[in-house]
Amino acid sequence: MNNIEGNDFLLRVDNVTVKYGNIPALRGVSLYIDRGEMISVIGANGAGKTTLLKTISGLLKPVQGNIRFGSLNIENLRPDRVVKKGIVMVPEGRKIFPDLTVKENLELGAYTIKDRTIKKELFELVLSTFPRLKERLKQHGGTLSGGEQQMLAMGRALMGNPKLLLLDEPSMGLSPIFTREIFSLIELVRKEKNISIIIVEQNAHMALEHSQRTYILENGEIIMEGFSSDLKHNQRVIEAYLGV
Amino acid sequence: MEHIIYILQQVVNGLQLGAVYALIALGYTMVYGVLRLINFAHGDVFMLGAFVAYFLISKFSMPIYLVFILTMFSCALVGYLIEKIAYKPLRDAPKISLLITAVGVSLFLEYFLSLNAIFTPNYIAFPRPFDVKAYDFTFLSITNVQVIIFIITFISLFILYLLIYKTKYGIAMRAVSHDKETASLMGVGIDGIISFTFIVGASLAGVGGILYGIAYPQINVFMGIMPGIKSFIAAVLGGIGVIHGAVAGGLIIGICEVFVSAFLSSTFRDGVIFIILFAVLLFRPRGLFGKRIEKV
Ligand SMILES: Nc1ncnc2c1ncn2[C@@H]1O[C@H](COP(=O)(O)OP(=O)(O)OP(=O)(O)O)[C@@H](O)[C@H]1O
Ligand SMILES: [Mg+2]
Repeated sequence: MNNIEGNDFLLRVDNVTVKYGNIPALRGVSLYIDRGEMISVIGANGAGKTTLLKTISGLLKPVQGNIRFGSLNIENLRPDRVVKKGIVMVPEGRKIFPDLTVKENLELGAYTIKDRTIKKELFELVLSTFPRLKERLKQHGGTLSGGEQQMLAMGRALMGNPKLLLLDEPSMGLSPIFTREIFSLIELVRKEKNISIIIVEQNAHMALEHSQRTYILENGEIIMEGFSSDLKHNQRVIEAYLGV
Repeated sequence: MEHIIYILQQVVNGLQLGAVYALIALGYTMVYGVLRLINFAHGDVFMLGAFVAYFLISKFSMPIYLVFILTMFSCALVGYLIEKIAYKPLRDAPKISLLITAVGVSLFLEYFLSLNAIFTPNYIAFPRPFDVKAYDFTFLSITNVQVIIFIITFISLFILYLLIYKTKYGIAMRAVSHDKETASLMGVGIDGIISFTFIVGASLAGVGGILYGIAYPQINVFMGIMPGIKSFIAAVLGGIGVIHGAVAGGLIIGICEVFVSAFLSSTFRDGVIFIILFAVLLFRPRGLFGKRIEKV
């Protein structure tokens, strides 16, 4: 597979190794994403997908390698600083604050946004993208259905006005119909706001369908990468991830 | 009829004490929320509030509103520094280290300030900024001290409510109490919110210290110990980590204490409060308003 170096890259992860104690969860992982691109990382349970996103967002520190966001090295930044730079993550399992209302969850997403008019615009955008949230603003986050919580989690992330959005298994626990809806909303957001997206999925079908490029992670290593349209037809990918 | 009036009178007296406990209990419960720590030094911040107010009134004859502002500011600063110096370096240490440190900070404040060169261990008369007057109604007698305590407590709680439910820092504080990692993914600086929590809690303890001085005008460096413990029990009773629980718990403990003094004997006053603690821990460890039980 040709590994064309993006010269307009937005984020580049370079030879990153991350360990839990002595056990490596990522081993020399490298990947990049260009502006406006949507890439996916697919892999089985325990492959290191969540670890990868947590490392980009600053929750985990690599023992080796670096992460560049534009011209900035971000591998040693605290998570709240990474958010300020424009990288926002939707964590695995949504992690909605159950005791905060939907509105408060959204406001918290805009924690780093100082400008009131921008905040208001973002709020309008989120509500028009996810109209279901609009009717439930006063409801506590914990009372939403799984699908609504996923919408809230994405809405909350959009409130931070991200340049790069990290999505950890957005389809987890959702029905196929809802998964489709979520993915089309992701597409919408990417096109309208020109946000770059890294999506991590076990649902390889959806990930390959909607992303331009895909990386395959196995045991903490990238074992394959390429255009999603090519990988879809790759025999190994079909056998291991598309379950034919 | 007379009994009922007497009981009502004791309720009012209990609320006076309970209001102060509520103000202190809030600091315990909020700090527990963000750090899962029982901040044993919190009662001493309350004591410090009384002393700062004492100096501002007796040495500088400051107007009462300035006394409140400066005392709150001083306590906020001390609360902030305690966290930064003593607790923050232990952020990743085992919880027990943090707990022992909190006890250490408490003992340090008490015994350092009790040095003869500083506050001395003796009781000092707290100068009331006004004379006590009682307003006699047909049923009840209410003093101006009580009125002031109720009004100041009410204003403090209202401001706290706005702070916690209407500002982004308050929302962030509640989020941090629930899940630090996810809060940081929202761009919330965890250290900043922890400082914010200590500052708010310590300011309220400062207000409590002034009110306590006005109501019971004998102050001493060890005066924070018992009200501190009782307020902590109030926080546990209300459900540790639950903000409105701390207020309810404080008022209940205050009323219980006054009732025991009035109807049993003041010798049992403190003992009964501990019995309440044991009862809560045995039968309802999550407290009146707590949702889930968490390991300390
Ligand atoms: N906090 C932790 N402490 C120790 N080991 C961990 C921790 N978190 C993850 N691991 C280990 O690191 C490896 C990668 O985990 P990770 O959560 O990144 O996988 P994943 O690809 O996201 O899996 P899933 O699809 O199940 O979410 C696993 O072997 C896991 O057991
Ligand atoms: Mg995962």
